[in-house]
Amino acid sequence: MSAEKLASLHVGHPTGFVNDPTDGTGPWVLPSQRKVGVICLILTESALFVIFVVAYVYYMGKSLNPPFPRDVIPFPTKTPWLASFALFGSSFTIVYAEKMMHKLDRKGFLIWWGITMALGAYFVFYSATEWYELIYHEGLTISVNVFGTTFYSLVGLHLSHVIVGLILLSIIFVLTLFGKIPEDHIEHTEMISWYWHFVDGIWVVVLTLVYFISARY
Amino acid sequence: MIHVTAVLVLLISAFIFVVVTGMLVYVVVKFRRPENDDGNEPPQIYGSTNIELAWTVIPILITVVLVLVTSRTIGEIQNMKMPEDALKVRIVGHQWWWEVHYPDLGIITANEIHVPISDRDAAKATPTHLTLQAADVMHSFWVPQLAGKTDLIPNKDNESWIDPYETGVYFGNCAEYCGTQHANMLLRVIVHTKEGFEKWVANQKAEPAAPSTPEEIEGHRLFFANSCVNCHKVSDSVAVGVFGPDLSKLMTRQTIGAGVAPLNGETLWSWVRDPQVLKPGCFMPDMKLHDKEVDAVVAYLETLK
Amino acid sequence: MANGTTTVEQEEEYTPPPPERVGEEPGSLTQIVQEMVYTVDHKKLGLMYLGSGLVFFVVAGIMATLIRIQLFFPNSKFLEPDVFNRFFTMHGTAMIFLVAMPWVFGFANYLVPLMIGTRDMAFPRLNAFGFWVFLFSGLFLFSSYFTAPGLYNAGSAPNVGWFAYSPLTAKAFSKGHSTDYWTLSLLLNGIGSIATAVNILVTVFCLRCKGMTLGKMPLLVWMFLVTAFLVVIAMPPFSACQIMLILDRYLDANFFDTQAGGSAVLWAHFFWIFGHPEVYILVLPAFAIASEVIPVFSRKPIFGYPIMVAATVSIAFISLGVWAHHMFTVGMTSVGNTFFAISTMIIAVPTGIKIFNWLGTMYGGKIRLELPMLFCIGFLFQFLIAGLTGVMLAVTPFDWQLSDSYFVVAHFHYVILGGIVFCLFAGFYYWYPKAFGKMLDVKLGLWHFWLFFIGFHLTFDPQHFAGFLGMPRRIFTYEAGRGWEIWNQISTIGVFFQGASILFFVVNLIYSYIKGKEAGDDPWDAWTLEWATTSPPPEYNFDRIPEVRSRRPLWDAKHPEDPDWKFE
Repeated sequence: MSAEKLASLHVGHPTGFVNDPTDGTGPWVLPSQRKVGVICLILTESALFVIFVVAYVYYMGKSLNPPFPRDVIPFPTKTPWLASFALFGSSFTIVYAEKMMHKLDRKGFLIWWGITMALGAYFVFYSATEWYELIYHEGLTISVNVFGTTFYSLVGLHLSHVIVGLILLSIIFVLTLFGKIPEDHIEHTEMISWYWHFVDGIWVVVLTLVYFISARY
Repeated sequence: MIHVTAVLVLLISAFIFVVVTGMLVYVVVKFRRPENDDGNEPPQIYGSTNIELAWTVIPILITVVLVLVTSRTIGEIQNMKMPEDALKVRIVGHQWWWEVHYPDLGIITANEIHVPISDRDAAKATPTHLTLQAADVMHSFWVPQLAGKTDLIPNKDNESWIDPYETGVYFGNCAEYCGTQHANMLLRVIVHTKEGFEKWVANQKAEPAAPSTPEEIEGHRLFFANSCVNCHKVSDSVAVGVFGPDLSKLMTRQTIGAGVAPLNGETLWSWVRDPQVLKPGCFMPDMKLHDKEVDAVVAYLETLK
Repeated sequence: MANGTTTVEQEEEYTPPPPERVGEEPGSLTQIVQEMVYTVDHKKLGLMYLGSGLVFFVVAGIMATLIRIQLFFPNSKFLEPDVFNRFFTMHGTAMIFLVAMPWVFGFANYLVPLMIGTRDMAFPRLNAFGFWVFLFSGLFLFSSYFTAPGLYNAGSAPNVGWFAYSPLTAKAFSKGHSTDYWTLSLLLNGIGSIATAVNILVTVFCLRCKGMTLGKMPLLVWMFLVTAFLVVIAMPPFSACQIMLILDRYLDANFFDTQAGGSAVLWAHFFWIFGHPEVYILVLPAFAIASEVIPVFSRKPIFGYPIMVAATVSIAFISLGVWAHHMFTVGMTSVGNTFFAISTMIIAVPTGIKIFNWLGTMYGGKIRLELPMLFCIGFLFQFLIAGLTGVMLAVTPFDWQLSDSYFVVAHFHYVILGGIVFCLFAGFYYWYPKAFGKMLDVKLGLWHFWLFFIGFHLTFDPQHFAGFLGMPRRIFTYEAGRGWEIWNQISTIGVFFQGASILFFVVNLIYSYIKGKEAGDDPWDAWTLEWATTSPPPEYNFDRIPEVRSRRPLWDAKHPEDPDWKFE
């Protein structure tokens, strides 16, 4: 391998392995790093949730002692209708907020983003009151039986993701309020909304499994 | 029938090994860069659909064979029905000893399973059926010459059986790591002739002689005065502890401490004096008896046969 | 980039600063350490991963030596039972999570950006985060040796085995904090691994240089891509296990508490759902290295690139469905056992095909038996055996005898040490010149290779027989008269050969750095992009982002009359 040939391969030489520039392949377009990154994050979190869901399903009906689901979260009286509605609604409001963002309407964005946060906060607030009830009045704790264990771990895992989401939403809110988010950071905000949609999607599964299906056990 | 499967699998593996290693050696030897290499690159071949197809299809065929053989063997073994009159034994695994019950015969012992010899002829076979349970953590029952392993899992009953064709003592181990003394959770299966087994059963059911010498009586008193009875059951008495092995027929056993040492006067003495010497970490504490007290207790225990 | 895509434009030419050598700064120790602490450069982080892994390798290897000394004689009193139990737990845990994983990530970090013709990983700071979390987790795990006494006086290091079956890990049976060290350090370790894997995925999808479609990436990049995907999917179950165990131990949850109706076997299922893909996470990078080294040293392109990719992807998917072959003895139904036996045998097919493809690459070539190739040939031989013993174990009734015996110990050491580590050594010898600009010494390397080969076989071949004769795993001693002594003794002797071999290796690494032969940019006459820049590469990798047209861009450059893109 001659020295010249070697040298031609890299430092500052336009030839070498740069091939036919008219090979007709068009502009070189690759997916956005942020998008792929958030998709990977969603994949990995989904895998985590799957295990807790499997544990929940496995232990359905296997508690040796009360409180049982039918006692403490009977369908439909104790199903969290309003809170779920709020959380699902927040996925719509966040889409509106994004629309405002694309139109560069900062005020509109802040309103809808704020509504999204309020709905998410209501969900957390409801969960807090529900858990208080369950723990102190119904005696359902994480240690009392396998229902308690799987309920709090699965619902709690989701709730922790909602709280993290709310923190992310507030950061965006505050930064936008003080005009600190430049226009070309629209994609960053979009990624946070993807995360929020993911959290919502998980709630579809958890709601169905815990409050619809297992509520009769 | 596991034997046949095993041989088949070994043969297939050996065949593949020889062929592929042969190919590797051939390729390395034949296509080494020669000493007087002209520096040209060899023909750049990117692949060959036909060859790749061949070496995909052949392994698939071999896999199909293995799959069929394996499925059949699994099915045959797991769906096997025990004869109604099979001897039933219930085993409970503890950290680090084996509790052995013969529910139909009313016998409780530890660390040894005595069974009668069976017969190759299925019509005359007298296998022994094992129910496997665990009292604390996961263990695994493994007597290599008699059966494959089956785990002992708390809150889950597993089953196995043994069907021995020759008398003798078969050694086994716990085969699932269960803590400090996992290595010394040893097991023996003693296969008797039919008559030998009957004799053993009779002996196990018989009451031991009452303690007679002063030393034995003193030992008996100490056994009950100290907290021995909280863990160890002895058949003739109010001692009903189940945390440790049933000692009713202690002296009929070959080893002490689940196989950590052969059972004789010396090892028994050492064990009673301080079990942590022979089996450090085991759950029998040092009972802090004086030597004379140990003499007495040992004398009492030696009547339990 | 505002609209959600990455477009790589033609870069302006500029005069780069003179290339630097790693570690040759005329600065003080402070400067070097500072640089390591602050760096986000994928190359430096890669070398830090490799170096840390090597340190843990030596420590865990010493543990293995002590284990084998204890097992030389029956009823030996060389080590107390609990010391032994902590050693095998720490040896296994460290080797997998603190040696093999960091070596995998080290190679990935160093090579992937170079091979796809870009300047760094997609998220450099996340990269650094991943490294430091890993290092912290390792130090945290080993710190357990120095903390409050556990059962006996061997500190509080975990003693529950590397897969920590419940209920042994419950608070009732695992007193003190030893299990907590295991759980927490591995939870952190997992977070670091997932971060790095996400980085690899995004880098490969989004930063390839112009012309490098997915079908034109080097095979190594494909294999690391699939590995990263497996980490992203299979590591969370392990994290879930840790979370559940922590909840059980500290909040009295009942995931694995059999008294409350919990299931001990559930841990085993969840663990192995992670655990089996984990071994593929370790082996695919080894395949990656072999797929780069073997072609270059046979002077031919890899035989059957498309099927190698397809086989790798199918291995990844199938590996998610074979986990319970680690659990054939727990008493699953015959349907369950059969399913997992079949799926395990199926995965042998794409894996076996790869061996044929590597042989096909060598066939008709001009094989240069230099050190990277020697290690790869060792890999081929040993991986074949490992695969065959694996297939034997997949035959469930066979497994009922051999599970949890030394046969299994032999099998997985054949895979990990005889297969994976041999390839990693090949990788060290192949890319050391790129990273440091100096060739590793050949004589020392040959001592390393042959001592390791002999030692490896002396240690692990006899263990197959011990397993056949009924010796279970994880026992700190054994009785005389079972026929196991001779196999244990040969096995122990082999360890000293391996130890000596590693000594040669470490000496080689240091000696060659100081006195090694200059390597130049492309000492092996290879074909992938990392050889198109200096050795070591500048921090920005390439003066100009390359453009490629085939899988072997440097072949095209060196052979303009016979370029790959005419034939692929």
